[in-house]
Amino acid sequence: MLAKLHQVTKSFGEGETAVRVLDGVDLEVAEGARLAISGESGSGKSTLLHLLGLLDVPDAGRVEIDGEDLTEAGDARRAHVRRSKVGLVFQQFNLVPSLTVAANLALQARLADRYDADWTQRLAERLGLSPLMDRYPEQLSGGQQQRVAIGRALSAKPALLLADEPTGNLDEETSESVSDLLIELAGETGAALVVVTHSRRLADRMETRLTLSRGVLS
Amino acid sequence: MIWRVLLTLAAHWRRHAGQFATLFVGLALAVGLWTSVQAINAEARASYDAASAALGGAGAQRYEAVDGMPIPVAVYAALRRAGWAASPVVEGELEAGGAVYTLTGIDPLTAPGSAMGAGGDGEGALALAFITAPGVLLAAPETVEALQGEPRLPPVEASAQVEPGAVLTDIATAQRLLGLEGEVSAILIDPSRQGLRPLDAVAPQLAQAGGEGDVARLTNSFHLNLTAFGFLSFAVGLFIVYAAIGLAFEQRRASLRTLRALGAPLWSLIAAFVLEAVVLALAAGLAGVLLGYGVASALLPDVAATLRGLYGADVGGGLTVRPGWIVSGLAIAVIGALAATAQSVRRAAAMGLLASARPRAWARASTRRLGLQAVGGLAFIFAGLAAPELGDGIVAGFMLLGGLLLGAALLLPPALALVLAGLQRAVSGAAADWFLADTRQQLPSLSLALMALMLALAANLGVGTMVGSFRATFTGWLDQRLAAEVYVTARDEAQARELRAFLETEADAMLPIWETRRELLGAPGEIYGVADHATYRDNWPLLTAQNGAWDAVAAGEGVMVNEQLWRREDLRLGQAFPVPGGPELSIVAVYSDYGNPRGQILIGIDRLTELYPDVSRLRYAVRTEDPDTLMEAVRARFDLPRGGLVDQQSVKRFSLSVFERTFAVTGALNVLTLGVAAFAMFASLTTLASMRLPQLAPVWALGMTRKTLARLELARAAALAALTFLAALPAGLALAWALLAVVNVEAFGWRLPLHLFPLDWLRLFALALAAAVLAALLPARRLSSRPPRAFLAVFAQER
Repeated sequence: MLAKLHQVTKSFGEGETAVRVLDGVDLEVAEGARLAISGESGSGKSTLLHLLGLLDVPDAGRVEIDGEDLTEAGDARRAHVRRSKVGLVFQQFNLVPSLTVAANLALQARLADRYDADWTQRLAERLGLSPLMDRYPEQLSGGQQQRVAIGRALSAKPALLLADEPTGNLDEETSESVSDLLIELAGETGAALVVVTHSRRLADRMETRLTLSRGVLS
Repeated sequence: MIWRVLLTLAAHWRRHAGQFATLFVGLALAVGLWTSVQAINAEARASYDAASAALGGAGAQRYEAVDGMPIPVAVYAALRRAGWAASPVVEGELEAGGAVYTLTGIDPLTAPGSAMGAGGDGEGALALAFITAPGVLLAAPETVEALQGEPRLPPVEASAQVEPGAVLTDIATAQRLLGLEGEVSAILIDPSRQGLRPLDAVAPQLAQAGGEGDVARLTNSFHLNLTAFGFLSFAVGLFIVYAAIGLAFEQRRASLRTLRALGAPLWSLIAAFVLEAVVLALAAGLAGVLLGYGVASALLPDVAATLRGLYGADVGGGLTVRPGWIVSGLAIAVIGALAATAQSVRRAAAMGLLASARPRAWARASTRRLGLQAVGGLAFIFAGLAAPELGDGIVAGFMLLGGLLLGAALLLPPALALVLAGLQRAVSGAAADWFLADTRQQLPSLSLALMALMLALAANLGVGTMVGSFRATFTGWLDQRLAAEVYVTARDEAQARELRAFLETEADAMLPIWETRRELLGAPGEIYGVADHATYRDNWPLLTAQNGAWDAVAAGEGVMVNEQLWRREDLRLGQAFPVPGGPELSIVAVYSDYGNPRGQILIGIDRLTELYPDVSRLRYAVRTEDPDTLMEAVRARFDLPRGGLVDQQSVKRFSLSVFERTFAVTGALNVLTLGVAAFAMFASLTTLASMRLPQLAPVWALGMTRKTLARLELARAAALAALTFLAALPAGLALAWALLAVVNVEAFGWRLPLHLFPLDWLRLFALALAAAVLAALLPARRLSSRPPRAFLAVFAQER
């Protein structure tokens, strides 16, 4: 199994105001899987994705990637797994504003020491970014920025691609093209894709659709 | 990994070149000012050491005549005959090519230690030329050229071991050039020799001089003064660096989060931050060291003149590159940059991986934080005030200054926040309300620059008030002390007798200036005899006196002490003072004696000649209605020694020129510090401008034009500068008080009255406003010309 959450619990706040957003969640992501997670706002979808991407730690339960239990791992180990095996796409794009498109695209691969110029160039072509390589993020539209973010997430050829509301900031037409690219490229690289989304259209294109409600995945 | 992270973080500077330039220049300025002071101090200390090494080898002490006059060669001969290891020294000023050099003549055959070592190789032909006619002058390479071509001088050779501005030669050559045949200025003696006839018996007219160590001790306060200024400049510069690095961190906050999300471990981010700071510090530090070299080279001649005028210490006018101050400059740059980075690193470490990446105003102050800052400020002020109570010396004085300045700077942001909150409550218009609220919101981001401005303004006010007070007091004091119109010094006793006879008919009065140098209460001091004359009764600058003080002195029953001695020994009026070799006399008055590092007493002239019958009777102050005619007559009739006839105006001019040069350095550092502070303001405003759009866009959308917004930015800068000046005023006056009442007393032994100069305040106020408006001009212009699309982008969240 590529990634696994076992009886994961996560709460925010303390005492009487504490809210348990995940309550003993189990999730398994196989290699090359296509998985959509939906749910109401505040239901804990992003939290679940953050735990899966090793951005956060659970209060209880276990997080495994490639069979390795990383629940108690230190920052350096978690960072290593993140940069070499996980690709992340955010709703707000989160590009580095001071780097060009080309540098943003190659950033994660370079951090992971897995930079492949040919692959990056192919990614840029597939994403329609070739004419924009010398531009800076602030000079791009939202759709273009999200395509850079997708390219960056795939530059190190991760086994697991996590996307948190990847079309949440985009118009319908752009959402469609970004969704296409995300699914196609994940398929071409063989990466498992987990998407947290409100979009029914995007969710419907996944093999598995799960809903998170009151801390429980169903 | 670190390299990649560093490149990603450093890419920020490529997109914000102006901000990088600000950071670089700020650090370079800070290091430059610090280094210049270190270079000047190092040069001066090296000069003292060189002089000390040339004139006093191991064990040798310097002895001078107790009356301060030249010593007959016979005294030296008597010492040698008695078996003492002694070596004569002749010193004087050598004029050549319009400049004045310090000429020192030594006897290379008897000079202890490394005296001949100053002559370079000191062997063979050069050594022979040194001691045989016509002799040879040794001078620093930069001095040689100026001396060559003077027909009256012997050949000049370059020696790297002679300080610039100094000239070393054989004693016979020096005597000939200075007109001191048969006399020497001092004798170096090793007093530790046992079994010889005591020095007191062989040469009773000699006393051990303070020596070069004394010069170093006396000048320490001056160097400490400079070092304090160096620190102040560095602190102001550090504010720039701290603000710039802090703001840069805020701007890179989102990138940090992204980098971590992409798998860059925390340690790599911290290492990259530290590496960036070190590289930047070394590069800017190097530029700062070069800048410091330039500033020090420009200031050194004034410093040399100051040290010569105030303390008689000789410092060359040329600056030598020394590893000490280069390393010190680079080290302080690295330490400063790391200190400024520490806060960013701490926040990077504490920043959660999922923390909001939205840029926020840096160091948004909470009420609690401002409260803590106010408590810290008060603590600094109280600690500073307590320092002179807990410790002695000039260090305690400077701790007082530091406490006052830092405390006032820390109190500034809370005070401004309070004033702005009060104003906001008082105004009613929506625009004014927004303007004040927006200013309050910006305050935390600007507070460091404002604190730097306040430090510079307070230092300017304090030092300006101190110098002004000193000048006002000093000119008044000179008028009192130099009441006589002409001062004459005879060549010998016979000439003095002739002078007295001549001036008895030609002048209104002839007042002896007879003195002897003795130990006063355990330290080198001076005893002057004073005639009973209206000149003294009417003019002498008494600080405090008993009734009938002059009568008591004239009767030989009272003694007047100078302020330095009075404060140093904690003397009281009416207290018995042990006059060396005489009875205890009652202290009847205290007089101010600016510029004299030694303790001094005045006794009646009859008492002086009774106690010290051998006192030199060559100098006189002459009262006359027509000084020019009198001087002409004296010049025509008497062959007085060089400098033996001086008019009052010349002495005053010289004294005032020494004074002005003394404070020229302080004035220059003052202006430079203010310049650095203005730069800090500019740096903060330009950096902040790039983060202000989200706050300004809604107001623009509500109907305020870009031009109005730009004008309000200028008004805000001016208003904050004005408020900062108002806060700096009491701080500056407190600083002036501390300088006059504590630091001067510790450094020089005298206290000066505080004078106020409101016109200077107004000038500085205008300067502060102008600096603030100039600093805000560029960001305001950029704002007024920003396209509407930039404002709209804020709403579209496309930024």
